Amino acid sequence: MSRIKSAPAKPFDSFICQKVDGISPSGIRKFFELLSSTEGVVSLGIGEPDFVTPWHIREAAIRSLQQGYTMYTSNYGLLELRKELAKYFELHYGLSYDPQREILITVGTSEGLDLSMRATLNPGDEVIIPDPCYVAYSPCIVLAGGVPVTVPTTSENDFIIKASDIEPRITKRTKIILIGYPSNPTGAVMSRGELNEIAELAQQYDLLVISDEIYARLVYGVEHTCFAGLPGVREQTILLGGFSKSYAMTGWRIGYVVANNQFIEAMTRIHQYTMLCTPIMAQMAAIEALKSGEDDIEMMVKEYDKRRRVMVKGFNDIGLPCFEPKGAFFTFPSIENTGMTSEEFSEKLLMEEKVAVIPGSAFGQCGRGFIRCSYATPLANIEEALKRMGKFVNKHRKSRG
Amino acid sequence: MKRIFEILEDDARATPEQISTMLGIPVSKVEEAIKKAEQARAILKYKTIIDWPKLGKEEVWALIEVRVTPQRDRGFDAIAERIYSFPQVYSAYLVSGTYDLAILVRVKNMQEVSSFVTEKLAPLEDVQSTVTHFFLRRYKADGEITEPPEEFKRLPITL
Repeated sequence: MSRIKSAPAKPFDSFICQKVDGISPSGIRKFFELLSSTEGVVSLGIGEPDFVTPWHIREAAIRSLQQGYTMYTSNYGLLELRKELAKYFELHYGLSYDPQREILITVGTSEGLDLSMRATLNPGDEVIIPDPCYVAYSPCIVLAGGVPVTVPTTSENDFIIKASDIEPRITKRTKIILIGYPSNPTGAVMSRGELNEIAELAQQYDLLVISDEIYARLVYGVEHTCFAGLPGVREQTILLGGFSKSYAMTGWRIGYVVANNQFIEAMTRIHQYTMLCTPIMAQMAAIEALKSGEDDIEMMVKEYDKRRRVMVKGFNDIGLPCFEPKGAFFTFPSIENTGMTSEEFSEKLLMEEKVAVIPGSAFGQCGRGFIRCSYATPLANIEEALKRMGKFVNKHRKSRG
Repeated sequence: MKRIFEILEDDARATPEQISTMLGIPVSKVEEAIKKAEQARAILKYKTIIDWPKLGKEEVWALIEVRVTPQRDRGFDAIAERIYSFPQVYSAYLVSGTYDLAILVRVKNMQEVSSFVTEKLAPLEDVQSTVTHFFLRRYKADGEITEPPEEFKRLPITL
């Protein structure tokens, strides 16, 4: 006789592996629930372009479906796409990569990040990351068995990670420096000189550098430096990139890893068994994006740049000091002078004025006292949000006397 | 400077102060550039794009292909001027191909189109022939899609 049980006898927790159990859910889950139950919210919490993927790119994907491109591709991705990417790196950074051996197409830059960690880390290996940084860095390191080692960055230094702050944190177990500039959440961009110092450090200590350059094309009035293009570090750099931000293609889930063949081979070994390949329609769309998407990038960058200036000026005007971010689509103003923590500020702002921002603390200890505000939203929204935030800041400044 | 006019082309109501913030250039520079462009008629006019049928006002649009005889000294310019000076003409272009002038007319009803063609346009001595196409539906005008697809809801926050 079979017994039908509604739940296992052991607690569910005991089935979850320790590594996952140790990863805390994103700090803003509670905040998210609050947000979804509030009407009339102006959100500056959006982490994706507010543009729809340009029509010619969508059209290329539709055409490919009509033609019947619905099958698997090579594990590495379509060769045509890899060839276009190789051309892209040659054109923009003068870097030459072999499309047959040194490029892997991934399911978003996120998969590239995960693969690069899993393919390189042994238990206990240390990875140096900036604080604050993108929310996935630390969990991906931990899931791959590594140990994140954070390097504080500050608004005084425009949130760049300095080689002189990295060096004292290098130990025998340090294997990787993981950086992501232009930065989510701060919008910081690193100059060639600053990156060069990190490149020298990497060479001196024989470290691998993983450079997440998903926001490479979204820079304003400055040039993006591709880490792999710095002297002497091409072979020890794993470059992560994608289509989500530059071509407004977040939902397509397509990115790439560009690196020395040894790394690409190792990552492909994981990718072939866990993902097999990136969806072919996204790859077809990406080919079109690379072939004729430059004008779209130019248009979007112009638009972001206008909003960026409006937002930075707006925050400084209402008394929330904001350094000028030169990349991505985020500003990172300080809310310290309101006397509130980032969580308090964000929660009260949402409840009292219905503006959603992300507490800086979600991105690391050094994000405390800051909020992340996205300008991937129309100007009218930004202006409305600034108005409401001005009122909010004023009120709380008064109430503190 | 080009970017000042790109902003204005997209939104004629943008003030010099707003443009100055968006581009990070002084207000006085913006004002000066706009004034110059107005004087040079590089800025022709500040207008609003209105979808009249939505406001209950009917209108009729037609494209008229016109074949004309060019004049010895002035080519097509003189006859073009005689045609585009009629208030019914919304736009006028000299085009390549099987006819010479493409004339876009905007009037209140079909009757007005027909009287414009038969009484005003066709009788001009240099006009050889006309072909009139009535617009049945407006999908996109002045770069704006009249019925944009439904707005998709993005996640209100993403990290």
